Amino acid sequence: MEPILEIKNLCIDFQTNGGAIRACDNVTIDFYRGDIIGIIGESGSGKSTLAAGILKTIREPGKISSGEILYHTKSGEVINLLSLSEKEYSKYRWCNITTVFQAAQNVLNPTLKIKDHFIETAFAHNEDNKYTKKKILDKAALLLSQVRLEERVLDCYPYQLSGGMKQRTVIALSLLLEPDFLILDEPTTALDVITQWYIIDILRKVHKETGITMIFLTHDVSIIGSVVDRIGVMYCGQVVEYGNVMDVFKKPAHPYTFGLMNAIPSLRDDITTRKAIPGYPPNLLNLPKGCRFGPRCFLCEEGRCKAENITVDKMIDIGEGQLTLCPAWKKVKEKCL
Amino acid sequence: MPSLEEGERKMSLMKLNDVSMRFHVAGKKKGEINALVGINLEIQEGEIIAVVGESGCGKTTLGKVISGIYKPSKGEVLYNGKNIRFLKGKEFKEYRLGVQMVHQDSYAALNPNKTIVQSLVLPLLRHKIAKNRTEAIKILFEYFEEVGLTPPEMYLEKYPHQLSGGQRQRILLARALSVRPKLIVADEPVSMVDVSLRISLLNLMAKMNQKYKISFLYITHDLGTARYIAANGKIAVMYLGRLIESNKIHEAIARPKHPYLQALIAAVPEADPSRRSEYATELPLRSLDMPDLLSLPSGCKFHPRCPYSNEKCIKEEPQLREIDGGLVACHYAEEIRISKQEKQ
Amino acid sequence: MTRKGEVRLKMGESKYKLKNAGNLKSFITTIWNSTMSRIGFIILCIFLMAAVLGPMILEQPKADYLNRLQPPSVEHLLGTDYSGRDTLIQLILGSRDVLLVAFWAGVISITFACSVGIVSGLLGGKVDSILMMISNVVITIPSFPVTMILSMLIQVDNELMFGLLLSLWSWAGLAKAIRSQVLTIKHKDFIEASRILGLRKTDIIVNDILPNIISYIAVNFISIMKEAIMASVGLMYLGLVPFQGNHWGMMIQLSLTTSGALMGSGTIAYFLAPVVGIILFQFGCYLFATGLDEALNPRLRV
Repeated sequence: MEPILEIKNLCIDFQTNGGAIRACDNVTIDFYRGDIIGIIGESGSGKSTLAAGILKTIREPGKISSGEILYHTKSGEVINLLSLSEKEYSKYRWCNITTVFQAAQNVLNPTLKIKDHFIETAFAHNEDNKYTKKKILDKAALLLSQVRLEERVLDCYPYQLSGGMKQRTVIALSLLLEPDFLILDEPTTALDVITQWYIIDILRKVHKETGITMIFLTHDVSIIGSVVDRIGVMYCGQVVEYGNVMDVFKKPAHPYTFGLMNAIPSLRDDITTRKAIPGYPPNLLNLPKGCRFGPRCFLCEEGRCKAENITVDKMIDIGEGQLTLCPAWKKVKEKCL
Repeated sequence: MPSLEEGERKMSLMKLNDVSMRFHVAGKKKGEINALVGINLEIQEGEIIAVVGESGCGKTTLGKVISGIYKPSKGEVLYNGKNIRFLKGKEFKEYRLGVQMVHQDSYAALNPNKTIVQSLVLPLLRHKIAKNRTEAIKILFEYFEEVGLTPPEMYLEKYPHQLSGGQRQRILLARALSVRPKLIVADEPVSMVDVSLRISLLNLMAKMNQKYKISFLYITHDLGTARYIAANGKIAVMYLGRLIESNKIHEAIARPKHPYLQALIAAVPEADPSRRSEYATELPLRSLDMPDLLSLPSGCKFHPRCPYSNEKCIKEEPQLREIDGGLVACHYAEEIRISKQEKQ
Repeated sequence: MTRKGEVRLKMGESKYKLKNAGNLKSFITTIWNSTMSRIGFIILCIFLMAAVLGPMILEQPKADYLNRLQPPSVEHLLGTDYSGRDTLIQLILGSRDVLLVAFWAGVISITFACSVGIVSGLLGGKVDSILMMISNVVITIPSFPVTMILSMLIQVDNELMFGLLLSLWSWAGLAKAIRSQVLTIKHKDFIEASRILGLRKTDIIVNDILPNIISYIAVNFISIMKEAIMASVGLMYLGLVPFQGNHWGMMIQLSLTTSGALMGSGTIAYFLAPVVGIILFQFGCYLFATGLDEALNPRLRV
């Protein structure tokens, strides 16, 4: 498995009136080429900040304080994205790295027809003049058919399309320049179940045909199960677990993951086994000492988990590519049977 | 639901008789949207009904008609047997306090410029549920402890923006409970709350249902949470303003009768990766998009997307009829069931 | 710190006191925190004290013809006017008239604008169209020339009448703005929640709508006061309002017509004093208003 993106010790801070908030704390994670990766996190987990960090869209009062993001291109080069200037980075944006935001409807320019969106995007990256209008429109029609939209959509304005149609258009737009990897931030949150199914289906088909690497950021655990190969779980700015989806789902190695999997009602499981995670996520300005999940954790132990200097900021490799932040991971696995 | 004899019929808490709601659309595309068409629904005391459907199906409108925000264009809404449009005085007050709502967006449902205590004490004083402010605060203390917000003073003094989504949602529930309602209309109450906290909120609502016998009309597009909260209740599925299936929830999910519900269930993603192969590879739907609300298809409104549709479906709109203990609005419900059984 | 809602719990009889947000205290703290609004607040307080206490402590200065048109000296800090009266005392006494006129103009404008705006926004339909048409007409009428004409026709002999005259043209813009605010708020969920909780329209207006537009009203109140002062001074300078009393506008008019202040006599102070006074007051209003929005809007505080 070759890596495509290696994130090492990424720290992103925000200055607020009440102090500095570390939205991403020493995030270290490796994404492999051709994978579909899901990052689960609730509000305050830092996953959107992580995406913004990769895309270099962090603005004041946010700041990337330290860390590296190593991007391995197809040709084998290794580039540290954080060391690039804005201009250098923009060469990669959209050609290699693209993104689909949450509520994509706000991304489309209401005064431009859809076909103009495609043309404008292509021409913005047209240094070698390899794109002509005809080529772009042909490609656009092909992409739209892949996302199950008719060609007539090209002549529409955004307001004429429904929410689901706009989301699919944005996905087509992101694939225009055949990027290396795609970051999707809550791509289906505002949509209903049937549209969501189609979008996941489209993404699976695209992945099958092109082998593009996809990173899904979501709080919806069920999407994870149905589509991804590997998942990462974030809590309060830290990655608490990362590994193969089958392992993490069936035999989680962190109490938070365990709690999360059991707190989501689905259509087929036994509802009496559902249990909420007690307590509330902590205020990022006032984090608990030691392990951040401690106050809500069923395995929390005075000495081990609350001490100031516990090494809960480096992940433990427990084999088969599964990484966890919890020193008591064995006990969590036992609970899963 | 099978009906009882005339004399034995227990009066339902809430009954909708052939309720329709029409909105006029001004502007370029003039026309009328039929948000609700011919809805017949009964809610008994202590019952939980989940109303499920995609966006645009009319479920929020239904909630607003039941809470009295919208007056239906046709049909009647009966509370304890009496039409709410003609209620006055004491009877109207009974209805008004008897039916409460918990909104989806907890931030928008609280006055941003008032502290929680200022917002919540006012209705208690106005309706003389409390004689003075001190007593009102005492009542609020009790309800806040009931919904799990302790210590109560910490939450009462704050402004809405200083609290988290989950906390605000509990406050909305406490507010609704403080006037001692008989029915709470919950419009997507957990969709804006963190996933790990949803179950505790749903458990809370179930507890209120058990303890105070408060009925719930739980409106959602998420079948998973609907199944969880309405575990012993019914589900009503809506499509384009029409009620198309209604049944006990476990029965409806295990053996859906209407093709739309069958597609909905197939579309719910499966969290467990080991069951990924069971996740539908093809949805039983002919088309992805919902029709334009201003130009609906003829006959059965679902026929353009239905894999089983034929001549009759294009011409005639099916009515709700009883099959196997549940209600379905489909011409071919029995045939579809038989063909599915044959496939298995 | 106000303590509201002492509650005894049945168990243990411990008292729970609800600290109210301490509205007045937090209001003043927020104003104090920003340098600009702090200065504005201080300036306005000084004027307010002068207006309230001045006439109580000081007496009308007596005419003293031997000392007329004196430049500033130790005895008369700002000099004397054409009849020998002390300028500074007149200034202080006059501040009450100035503030009163501006206050009345502000209050009448706001009351009228609120009524029109809220009724228009809430009721909609024909009422809305008619009221907005009237507002549009009022806005397009050139206010100062019409005010000038009206001032010649109407007897203006006290502060209230003067304020009323000045407010005639300043309510319309505010009414439209309030109407838009009401339209925005009208459809929000918390208004719907209030209706479902059985609160009546009056309650909803007072408890839900007004608090959400109050910061807007307060800021506009200050700016209407500012404009009223300018307008009143202008009218007096033009001699259109023969106002009794020590209004600064009168002082300016008298200084220019009777003492030739600008023509080189030593009484430039007589002219400058009210002018500087007006400038300072306007400035104070502006600075104070910058902090008002934050002080009245709890969401802007953390």
